[in-house]
Amino acid sequence: MAAGRLGWLTVLVLVVDSSTPAVTAALVEVSADGVASRAHRCTVDARAHGELLAPQVDAVLADADARPQDLAAIVAGLGPGPFTGLRVGLVTAATMGQVLNIPTYGVCSLDGIGYPAAVGEPVLAASDARRKELYWAVYDGAGQRIVGPEVSTPVVAAARARELGATAAIGDGAHRYAETLGLPVRVEPRYPDATVLALLAAERIRAGAPGERLTPLYLRRPDAVVATGRKPVLP
Amino acid sequence: MADEPLILGIETSCDETGVGIVRGHTLLADALASSVEEHARFGGVVPEVASRAHLEAIVPTMDRALTEAGVTLADIDAIAVTSGPGLAGALLVGVAAAKGYALAAEKPVYGVNHLAAHVAVDTLEHGPLPEPAIALLVSGGHSSLLLVDDLARGVTPLGATIDDAAGEAFDKVARLLGLPFPGGPPIDREARAGDAAAIAFPRGLTAAKDLAAHRYDFSFSGLKTAVARWVEARQRAGEPVPVADVAASFQEAVCDVLTTKALAACRANGIETLVIGGGVAANSRLRALAEQRAEKYGIQVRVPRPKLCTDNGAMVAALGSHLVAAGVAPSRLDLPADSALPLTTVSV
Ligand SMILES: [Zn+2]
Repeated sequence: MAAGRLGWLTVLVLVVDSSTPAVTAALVEVSADGVASRAHRCTVDARAHGELLAPQVDAVLADADARPQDLAAIVAGLGPGPFTGLRVGLVTAATMGQVLNIPTYGVCSLDGIGYPAAVGEPVLAASDARRKELYWAVYDGAGQRIVGPEVSTPVVAAARARELGATAAIGDGAHRYAETLGLPVRVEPRYPDATVLALLAAERIRAGAPGERLTPLYLRRPDAVVATGRKPVLP
Repeated sequence: MADEPLILGIETSCDETGVGIVRGHTLLADALASSVEEHARFGGVVPEVASRAHLEAIVPTMDRALTEAGVTLADIDAIAVTSGPGLAGALLVGVAAAKGYALAAEKPVYGVNHLAAHVAVDTLEHGPLPEPAIALLVSGGHSSLLLVDDLARGVTPLGATIDDAAGEAFDKVARLLGLPFPGGPPIDREARAGDAAAIAFPRGLTAAKDLAAHRYDFSFSGLKTAVARWVEARQRAGEPVPVADVAASFQEAVCDVLTTKALAACRANGIETLVIGGGVAANSRLRALAEQRAEKYGIQVRVPRPKLCTDNGAMVAALGSHLVAAGVAPSRLDLPADSALPLTTVSV
């Protein structure tokens, strides 16, 4: 790999996010002065995170002509997101990090939507939380998260966003509840942007900070409904 | 034998996070993390609680297994994982973990059937399994009778419970008697001091008319209701409940039906080997009764030790080892978790 400026090497980083209906795997190069995308795969299918993610990781490695041992770190979107799909990305990152003995860094997935969208004015970033609710956060004009992540009805999210001066709503959840939110909806990014997630972890990557245990931002307690016929088998 | 393949197995179909490592038929590591205590106050397994626990436990459990076996992931030849049947969200954590390990270590991955793994685990204790064999799998989640022709390629279901699983009946009766969850061990303990013939509880699906349609099927719902009625009648009359006698009589009814049907399946198919697996196989009366009855017919009963009967990673590794030895092709990286994976599918 090419040596970056200031004597700091460019390193290859895997990014995964499965917090929304979009399943994303990307390879980025983190250098002393930036983050550049090397390969990117994203499929929107809320029901197939478990099937899609690993082949996509395999594909981005192949696209970049890289092997797993070439990775220096893994960045994963911590959600919030519907539980089952969210865990796919986090367990993939954690297990690969364990094998490769490289650090794993978590980033709030909503930051991958709100950070790039907030250019000068506050924005609301929202993803679908199902059950007629949104996962959301509000970002100031510089892209810093000032409130959230939270889960609530779109009405509550809209009221908070207006209080905080948000002038636009971004993300899949914003599209879904555009009318209720009553804010202009920005088209992009609709789902967490992998390069942005890497950018938000870049300081830690460059500093060689210790990796963190990837704990999902569930925001909801588990439904305490006992499984019935927990292993349904046989015709 | 150092030249036999080194296989890692991952199990997350219910409330146990298991990682096992085997070489051939030799068990090298069997690490387990259980979320059973988190479910106890609900009286059954809460799927989301189990899934969250699997995500937290998988990496440390893997570390423990590797340390126990004295190997690294680079030494492993293949990774096997339970891809079904089981709780969908729980299975998904294990399957995604197996793929992450396989991807990063550049190893093949096998998605395998949980029930076939319950059969395969016996090879770790008793060596290669004579085929064909009959397998009786009984736990909190499953009650199945299987014909094992070729464990690497397919298992034929003969019968299963039509309502509650055998282990579920133990849990529910334990609750009625004020015993803790899971109910198997405390009932087994209480029953030792009780009279198994004290109360004549019903034996589901054993009457001639039921046998026609359900020769090898089980039903424990009627038994559970009968125990509940009997206990309630006592309580209403203000009489003490003889816990040991109820436990012993209930346990006898379950074990009687299970062993009768399993041995009938052996005899009808001319099969001389019966394997018993699943959590209920740890029940002391089931083991004793099966052995006592099988002896009459010259049938050999194989029951692995209790720790291998309950869900664990070693059983998945054992099945993986069997598949690799049989030359079965690995799964693809898009292999799904399938909560209703049929028994006829041993690996996907
Ligand atoms: Zn089981």
